[in-house]
Amino acid sequence: MAKTETTTPDTQSSTAAVPFTAVAALAPAIGWLIPGAGHLMQRRWIRGLLLMAAVAGMFAFGVAMQGKVYQANTGDLLDILGFIGDLGSGAFYFMARIFEWGGTSITSANADYGTKFIVVAGLLNIMAAVDAYHIAIGKKE
Amino acid sequence: MIFTLALQLSHFSAATLFAFFFSIVFGITQRNTPNEMVRYGAYCFAMALGGLFVAGWFMWLLHH
Repeated sequence: MAKTETTTPDTQSSTAAVPFTAVAALAPAIGWLIPGAGHLMQRRWIRGLLLMAAVAGMFAFGVAMQGKVYQANTGDLLDILGFIGDLGSGAFYFMARIFEWGGTSITSANADYGTKFIVVAGLLNIMAAVDAYHIAIGKKE
Repeated sequence: MIFTLALQLSHFSAATLFAFFFSIVFGITQRNTPNEMVRYGAYCFAMALGGLFVAGWFMWLLHH
């Protein structure tokens, strides 16, 4: 038997266009630059602090394990992908470059783990920034 | 280099830390209510640790 689709008022409201507000533009940008801040500015205190702690913790462990902090202009495709991942950490990445945190090459297994920690911290922060945007446009509570 | 700490972790410790941090972010971003977030975060962490043990024993069997 073919399953018939019904449209309920709830699904109609969730697919309706929502106005693009200043918060919707700022939340992901600030959330990217300062991990968790996109949630904090929308008064999601616990979520914001947990996201900040998770991204900062992962980045800090990566740096402490002498993980490589990628640079933009090496010309190597894998380095460019690593750079994009690292850049997701926002201010943490810029601080790592300014203060020369982490290693410049992967010389041990621990440095390899650390490199992955730093890249994934950036990718997780991008997920958090997208989540902040979803909260700002009302797609999520 | 200002940051000179060189932390040495075992593969298991590093994977456990990794699972802990990504479970927090996955729990918060992939679910809508606080209760669901905690449950999904715990689920992700348990699955990651379980996968770690399974992969570890699988590699041990391959080796022996």
